[in-house]
Amino acid sequence: MNISSLFLYRTIAHNMARLKIPRKITNPPIVKGFKPYGPDIDSKKRESIILNFEEYEAFRMCDYDMYNHYQASVLMNVSRPTFTRIYASARMKISKAFVEGRQIEFEGGKVYFDSDWYQCNSCGCHFNNPEISISIQNCPLCGSSEVERHTEESLGDMPRNSEDDLCICPECGFTKEHHYGVPCRNEKCPTCNSPLIRKYH
Amino acid sequence: MRIAITSQGNSLESILDQRFGHCKYFVIVDMQTGAIEIIPNPYSEAEEQAGTLAVKLLSSKNVNKIISGEFGIKVKPLLDSLNIQMIMYKKPNIPIGKVIEMLNHNN
Ligand SMILES: [Zn+2]
Ligand SMILES: [Zn+2]
Repeated sequence: MNISSLFLYRTIAHNMARLKIPRKITNPPIVKGFKPYGPDIDSKKRESIILNFEEYEAFRMCDYDMYNHYQASVLMNVSRPTFTRIYASARMKISKAFVEGRQIEFEGGKVYFDSDWYQCNSCGCHFNNPEISISIQNCPLCGSSEVERHTEESLGDMPRNSEDDLCICPECGFTKEHHYGVPCRNEKCPTCNSPLIRKYH
Repeated sequence: MRIAITSQGNSLESILDQRFGHCKYFVIVDMQTGAIEIIPNPYSEAEEQAGTLAVKLLSSKNVNKIISGEFGIKVKPLLDSLNIQMIMYKKPNIPIGKVIEMLNHNN
């Protein structure tokens, strides 16, 4: 391992603000679905409710992880109206299954899966593995086999840039792309005129 | 295998650009033929969507991997869905020629 490059990397990392990194966009359900039970249930006679991953994800973020709609829409990379629509559909389906005693089946939706990230301890680069079926043996840049998969904690140490940061309105959640060199507080929300604040990704 | 490297200038002595969407040039290396193509990034001054547009451009050039300093939150899922590998190399002042040398050693 190249100690000096690692040291340099660490120095850079420590000079940047420690920012909270968003969770993975998608944590697929750990089961295939849910089955009701009881004497009056004949699940074969009733159609199952199909919950797609987007709906599962929206429901999980709001009701399990307790994100608000704005935060969840940013994390899922969809507009807020789109998020609201997905979430409403999830709630409706879950309540229908609950009240009518139907099975819930999880199905794929249009969600991108985050790939795993690795670090090369030889050249210090970070890279992802877009082919989940193939495991990583060597650094794609320098070829070294001293590669290590990132854990959630080590990702928190990664320096991040501001290119895709957002300015958001703390009052109403209005959001726009942050312009490099323009302090967010100098910009006013077009709907409620509050100064905007920086939202890091 | 075609690899795009973000560059501050249009030669192999130019420095790796740490920005992806707003970089000045893309250096595209074909690892089979050794051919190198340098194209200016039309979105380097774009106010919005630079990353997304740059991804479209590179994917039309059949790039399999991209080397840059950082990729934004909108770009990462897009590249994931296109099966394009992201490589983040954050060391300052690395000439493009040096990056290509590393890639060649790797073969
Ligand atoms: Zn390496
Ligand atoms: Zn507002």
